[in-house]
Amino acid sequence: MNILGHRAPPTAQIGLLIVVFFLLTALIGPWFAPYGQSQSVGDTWAPVSAKMWLGADQIGRDMLTRLIYGARMTIGIAAACTLLSFFIGITLGFIAAVMGSWVDTLLSRLVDVILSIPPLILALIVLGVFGSSIPVLIITIGIIDSTKVFRLARALGMNITVLDYVEVARMRGEGLWWIIRSEIMPNAMAPLVSEFGLRFCFNFLFVASLSFLGIGVQPPYADWGGMVRENAGAINFGLFAPLYPAIAIAMLTVGVNLVVDWLLSIDARPSGAQAEM
Amino acid sequence: MLRLIATRFVLGVLTLLAVSVLIFICTQILPGDVASAVLGQQATPEALKIFRAELGLDQPAYLRYLHWLFGVLHGDFGKSMTNGRVIVDELAPRFINTLFLAGYAAIIAVPLSVGLGILSAINEGRLTDRLANIVTLIGISAPEFFVGYILIFIFTAKLAWFPSLATVDSTMSLGEHFYVAFLPALTLVVVVTAHMLRMTRNSVLSIMSTPYVEMAFLKGLKRSRVVAWHALPNALGPIVSVVALDLAYLVVGVVVVENVFVYPGVGQYMVDAVSKRDVPVIQACGLAFAGVFVILNTLADILAMLANPRLRRRR
Repeated sequence: MNILGHRAPPTAQIGLLIVVFFLLTALIGPWFAPYGQSQSVGDTWAPVSAKMWLGADQIGRDMLTRLIYGARMTIGIAAACTLLSFFIGITLGFIAAVMGSWVDTLLSRLVDVILSIPPLILALIVLGVFGSSIPVLIITIGIIDSTKVFRLARALGMNITVLDYVEVARMRGEGLWWIIRSEIMPNAMAPLVSEFGLRFCFNFLFVASLSFLGIGVQPPYADWGGMVRENAGAINFGLFAPLYPAIAIAMLTVGVNLVVDWLLSIDARPSGAQAEM
Repeated sequence: MLRLIATRFVLGVLTLLAVSVLIFICTQILPGDVASAVLGQQATPEALKIFRAELGLDQPAYLRYLHWLFGVLHGDFGKSMTNGRVIVDELAPRFINTLFLAGYAAIIAVPLSVGLGILSAINEGRLTDRLANIVTLIGISAPEFFVGYILIFIFTAKLAWFPSLATVDSTMSLGEHFYVAFLPALTLVVVVTAHMLRMTRNSVLSIMSTPYVEMAFLKGLKRSRVVAWHALPNALGPIVSVVALDLAYLVVGVVVVENVFVYPGVGQYMVDAVSKRDVPVIQACGLAFAGVFVILNTLADILAMLANPRLRRRR
């Protein structure tokens, strides 16, 4: 199978299939959801039936409906975090690379300090102080994650700014923004796209973990991490309830990873721009 | 060599200081006035004033920071805002529990993943290697709580071999401790092994593409011998740092796992404090985690230096 002129191996096709499926679910799924997301329609942890394909949750809401709404919430927040993180990370990373000198030193040391605290711990500290709401969640994760994007963007930018055509642009008297937008950005695009997939996975797991800990998305909104937490009690009775949202989380991450692996194999990153986890 | 290590050590201490400043800024300076946040909108100005003096909020920020740091260095993390208990008394036993759990997982995970990683590299491209690749990809992609609940589902709900709640206390014997903490430890092992295995395999394979390894093959040596005698000694540095980094990850990964199994460690304590917005406790736990993280990262760098003969020579 060819996608955008590249031959996609079977693993990448499976990955794409999974990603497209979940994206569609997030975008248009709620229109097809059988019930409302906070509508109680059955008994606690009601078994699988023709009326409720995946059974009910801890207060009798339809599991499938909650999963569909949860897809929109969890994927939406993770996507918003990743977009924010790329916006901040790329902008500051390229500025650091093009301007150099004290701007670069200042930003790089700041990023070093932030990265020396584990991301989950830093997020817990910030959310503990500010309280958890969806905007705070997105901004916190976006900023924490932007440090990783910053490092990659800076490394890519460093490799590009020393090239002749950037030098020529500088001599023509082009400004900082013009150089970043027209010279650096197009040439750093390919590695940034695959990095976007990886960062999305990371943020997605991050949001899910925080919600699982009860510090992310708050009820009554459906959210995959929170659903695992709410239904956790069912596991002791040998019921499957908390595993559905957990499986959804794992599947989407595997899917994105398969696609990213393929993207990485198409354009191997330039040396010196290896981003760590 | 010694100077190199000393430099890295000093850098580690500086990082710790910077981290403490960052945590202090996040918890004390950013949120504005803690006093009115705690006492609420209806508080009288007098009450606010007394409360501020009690918390030391009437002093400039750098003085408060130095005061806090001085206390921390003497083992004084202050008192909890919600129940007034001395934090260090609650933190210390939980910290030991957390280290126990992380250490338990590490003892199993490190030899397992390094061994399997090397095996996977020897068999590159064969069925076992591909299988390992897929299994570890799933292991990396699955969140810790997913692995944890799957294990509970199998070992507690279906087989009833292990308890699902890992509530340990000081009256338990060491054997009981190991038994009760088995499932949380196994969860951590699964998650961390997947990552370590992949990294070990990659470190060995990146050495495999160097000219001297090709030479060894051209001499007609067997693949297993080339891996063990030619590639492995040079892959040791990266492997050691991967192991140390994963141990650092382990200490953080416990946060979620402790909450799955209700294990009384620092992670659970911290998440509790976050949901109650108990700032001094959050500060103390954050510092404890960040401290261990920085120490292990520093150790990773130093061990990588020691494992690399090129750095051992005097410059």
